[in-house]
Amino acid sequence: MTDPLLIAGSALSSRLFVGTAGYPNQQVLLDCLEASGAEIVTVSIRRISLGGYAESLVDLLGGRYRLLPNTAGCATVRDAVLTAELAREALDTNWVKLELIGDRETLYPDVEQLVQAAEQLVRSGFTVLPYCNEDPVTCRKLADVGCAAVMPLGSLIGSGMGIANPAAIELICSRSRVPVVLDAGIGTASDAALAMELGCDAVLANTAIAKSHDPLRMAAAMRAGVEGGRLARLAGRIPKRRFAEPSSPQLGLVGS
Amino acid sequence: MTRIRINGVEEEVAVATLADLLVTRGVDPTARFLAVAVNGAVVRRSDWPARPLFPGDDVEIVRPFSGG
Repeated sequence: MTDPLLIAGSALSSRLFVGTAGYPNQQVLLDCLEASGAEIVTVSIRRISLGGYAESLVDLLGGRYRLLPNTAGCATVRDAVLTAELAREALDTNWVKLELIGDRETLYPDVEQLVQAAEQLVRSGFTVLPYCNEDPVTCRKLADVGCAAVMPLGSLIGSGMGIANPAAIELICSRSRVPVVLDAGIGTASDAALAMELGCDAVLANTAIAKSHDPLRMAAAMRAGVEGGRLARLAGRIPKRRFAEPSSPQLGLVGS
Repeated sequence: MTRIRINGVEEEVAVATLADLLVTRGVDPTARFLAVAVNGAVVRRSDWPARPLFPGDDVEIVRPFSGG
């Protein structure tokens, strides 16, 4: 494996995490996951409908992908911690994408509660990947309480608005002691490439793929975007100039 | 009959244990990927057959779904 992503001692070959919600149907989801090359796919934990239990596609993904359960929708430390504990029991993983939502309309994280819940879960042996604000101080606090990575938002969940504040994301990446996974807001492949060029270690995409006109093609595009962005980051961009710099030789011009 | 709360809904049930409750609600207790909490604490699968139900118990029965 060249250029693996290391999170909590696990080496991951793909830097694209993919969410499993909102695809036109289960076959498209399966095909998209395949095309994305993702190793980590996110799932939610929800109450079963009483009166029947049938294994669903999500159950079947477990053998092929590393399932990362989230605490999506939780608005209190208690609910988020319990959801994480239920996820650990259901999926036999101590990894959790911790979401603690402070506002139903914008789905912005509740930072105060997020840090508390993260600390509590780390103490209980969880590998915590918190969805958080694009703010270097919040990211530092989350790393300080033992989070294995931070997942700052590019823009609002599901908005497709891309990276609203690239400077903040770049700042977070330059200072973070733990891997940075750009979460939320990705709209198309260039957003994913930009995230990687800014220094992110990985990108999570869901709606951008699931709701694309051609999800399968977008899954492949997202993979290429992440890979291209990562290569560009490692290669290093040239400095920006205010004026033109001819790329062809100046000497030997015809007619000179 | 015992009055408990199952996934947010109050109900009268006539079962002795958590495992019995799952069976009477059409949930196979051996199905993979299930998890159960009572009163805010996870009850391990191995404890389901022995866990009695008390009046007022708040039971959550969950599984993974699609998510982002």
